[in-house]
Amino acid sequence: MKTNEPKTARREFLETCGKSIPKWVLFFATIRAGTLSAAEEPEAYDPKQHDYAMGIDIHKCIGCGRCVNACKIENKVPEEPYYFRTWVERYVIPSEGDAQVDSPNGGRDGFPELKTEPDMLRTFFVPKLCNQCANPPCVQVCPVGATFSTQDGVVLVDETYCVGCRYCIQACPYGARYLHPVKKVADKCTFCYHRIRKGLLPACVEVCPTQVRVFGEAGHQSSPLRRFLRFNDVTVLKPSLNTDPKVYYAGADREVR
Amino acid sequence: MRVRRIPQQIVPLALIFAAAIAALIIARKLLVPATFGDLGYYRAAAVGEIAAQPISYAGAKACLECHDDIDQAKRQSKHRGLSCEVCHGDAARHVEAPDEVKLVKPTGRGYCPLCHGYSPARPTGFPQINAELHNPGRACMSCHNPHNPMLPHAPEECGACHRQIASQKTVSHHATLACTTCHETPEGHLTNPNVVEAQKPKTKELCGKCHGQGADSPPEIPRVDLESHGGRYVCWDCHYPHFPEAAR
Amino acid sequence: MGIFLAEIAPELHKITGYIYPNEYELHWGILIVLYPYLTGLVAGAFILASLERVFNVKVLQPVYRLSLLTALSFLIVAPWPLLAHLGHPERSFEMFLTPHTQSAMAMFGFVYAWYLMVILLLEIWFDYRKEFVIWSRERKGLSRFIYKILSLGTTDISERALRFDEKAGRAITIIGIPSAFLLHGYVGFIFGSVKANPWWSSVLMPIVFLFSAIVSGMAMVLLIYMISTMFRLKNINMGCINKLSELLLYAMIVDFSLEILDFIQRLYEAEESINILSQMISNRLFISLIVTQIILGTLVPMASIVWARFGKVPDEMRRMLYFVAAILVQVGIFSTRWNVVVGGQLFSKSLRGLTVYKTEIMGLEGLLMSGALLAMPFVILYIITRFLPPWSKTETQLSTP
Repeated sequence: MKTNEPKTARREFLETCGKSIPKWVLFFATIRAGTLSAAEEPEAYDPKQHDYAMGIDIHKCIGCGRCVNACKIENKVPEEPYYFRTWVERYVIPSEGDAQVDSPNGGRDGFPELKTEPDMLRTFFVPKLCNQCANPPCVQVCPVGATFSTQDGVVLVDETYCVGCRYCIQACPYGARYLHPVKKVADKCTFCYHRIRKGLLPACVEVCPTQVRVFGEAGHQSSPLRRFLRFNDVTVLKPSLNTDPKVYYAGADREVR
Repeated sequence: MRVRRIPQQIVPLALIFAAAIAALIIARKLLVPATFGDLGYYRAAAVGEIAAQPISYAGAKACLECHDDIDQAKRQSKHRGLSCEVCHGDAARHVEAPDEVKLVKPTGRGYCPLCHGYSPARPTGFPQINAELHNPGRACMSCHNPHNPMLPHAPEECGACHRQIASQKTVSHHATLACTTCHETPEGHLTNPNVVEAQKPKTKELCGKCHGQGADSPPEIPRVDLESHGGRYVCWDCHYPHFPEAAR
Repeated sequence: MGIFLAEIAPELHKITGYIYPNEYELHWGILIVLYPYLTGLVAGAFILASLERVFNVKVLQPVYRLSLLTALSFLIVAPWPLLAHLGHPERSFEMFLTPHTQSAMAMFGFVYAWYLMVILLLEIWFDYRKEFVIWSRERKGLSRFIYKILSLGTTDISERALRFDEKAGRAITIIGIPSAFLLHGYVGFIFGSVKANPWWSSVLMPIVFLFSAIVSGMAMVLLIYMISTMFRLKNINMGCINKLSELLLYAMIVDFSLEILDFIQRLYEAEESINILSQMISNRLFISLIVTQIILGTLVPMASIVWARFGKVPDEMRRMLYFVAAILVQVGIFSTRWNVVVGGQLFSKSLRGLTVYKTEIMGLEGLLMSGALLAMPFVILYIITRFLPPWSKTETQLSTP
């Protein structure tokens, strides 16, 4: 380009564009940086050293709903009776006929009175939550990469990236996900990720009066979960779907789906 | 040398496609979030954002720092497995500002039956009462200290804890039989049921005391020949002892 | 269920059995029913156009250009219900930035863009380019400017250039056929690959979707051709619509056979979900499945076309039968989409209960919105035909008897 050429209109236009580029780049750079900065961890937490899972002992559950209540408070889950990160089901199995299952308000306020009937064969409570599958169908179907498995085995949702298409909610075989009515993104149990990273227990495990829920890591010798898995014949929900759930049930009846 | 002429149509089309693809590539470079793909197919910064959320429940250990005296009693009691926050609510804000933020203390009769109200779905042996009939009008705490909920006195009947069995037995042919007729029950069972266990009968001969051929019992009681009746099964494999007249 | 639930949500008392608490809210409603219906029309209309172009079914000439423009109009509107449905439509561009290749839905952005730009727009452009160039020379004012833009600055309409247009158009149509299959087949895959849902999870789902798409697209072009020709007071080309209806009939036979096969296989295998699915069909989907999809949407139109095509009927009667059949087919295919999308959410994944879909009138998921979205392609088609008239030159004026 000859420098002593008189400035053409085109050249002036290009120069103005060039001057405005830095502001333009800055604008997009702020979008890239994300809206929240990551908090500092107390010590270096290495997620690769952990693989979280949970055990649930159905024999011990009394259906008090304290876990449902604590979860709603801890995670600010919407109050309406159709948004739950964890809930408790009551099964009543008669000697003849279909099993009756109910979960009024997720079991948060306990269950209505149940009369003892002569043909009642078995009746028990089953807590349910996201199974944090090792082979999660919800992660597979997310079109944008907003839900994912962390290196420490927890399935999370990035609420600033989720577009709210609800495909993950359809893909979950366990009904663990819901669409947050205010944020309009998918939401679900996170094993109280913000608590376990600090060495605390998930809220539901913390408050269970009869120690139904056992939290820990199957891979660690010293974890309570390891002992649970050693002493109980465990099953998982819907094993034929090959989702490889990491919530292990001890004493689950055949009717528990 | 003959040069093949490029059809005139190709030029504007090629330009448009090149521009579209270039726009996509540039957009990707600019708009994809910075940490996307670092750890997996997601925005890695999201993990830290989620981990930084505030907590509401302080955890059982946090209460001990100030309230160790209460815990001393509780840790030997039946409520030792109960976290303080189950009854007193989430306490993280109270731990940070103990004088400004106070916790609730459930009184009255509303809260305890959430766990202790009778339901057949609750495991056998879990302490349960009929919330309406059990000392109506009185607050639970007036007899039971929540941090050491020993029963004020041992239950008088087996049915106080074994309600379902008792309710079936009272309408059966075995109604007049005391539980201890068949179940050997040491004294300590009433106050410490999980440690001092009652026994279940082990042989047919026990039932034979009333139902055997030569038994010394009223004639209207049905008799069977213990040797041959039932083959290799014991009596309660087929007959439910608490409601023996059940047809199936 | 506790009493307080009935106070909060009046529909809850209609729930039978047990559903997971999070299932009270149905997530994919009428907007998601609309999307496969619209893309199905696109695929079907395009397949019809390709039958003329590639398989040389010359009698379909009068509807060739109309099919392409119909496909374009519906394709333009197709993403709108999806955008309206998203929780965050402003983030929808993320599907282009970070498409998760394991997710069938992520492929939407690229399949759509490919089909729109590389196939449909290009084919229409190559087909009309000669007219664009001519009209950019002959017309005046705004018209002239528009055609100059549409011709993309090309001016060459020599024999050689036109031959190139013809070859390019043909090549694009050939690529376009599998692309049309992909455009609608992947929607079937989105549903068919969800193992969590036994109503959706089926190997046949993409195939059934595709054939019902072909059926609906052909019927729609038939409808639009008949209506637009009558409005313009021209004669309907009987040879064309006879052939069109015949092809429609064959497509319906294949589609119906596939659906019957799916039904019979499910009943025979009788795996775990058969009880709740049977209950759902008889209690919740009876009208939309048995009445509108099968009887009104498939059997009655098939009978009409058979009668019209192979019976001795006068032409007016034929036209009436074709018209009625085509409308019923639209109702039937819409019901098909409804039964798949909404049906898959009417039963609980616990396989123990059924819920209800609450149809709204107002709001984003309301009937008014859906009606507007369904009307838009016709408005767009009308506007496009002002600039790109697709009418055959051999048309004759309607003669008054």
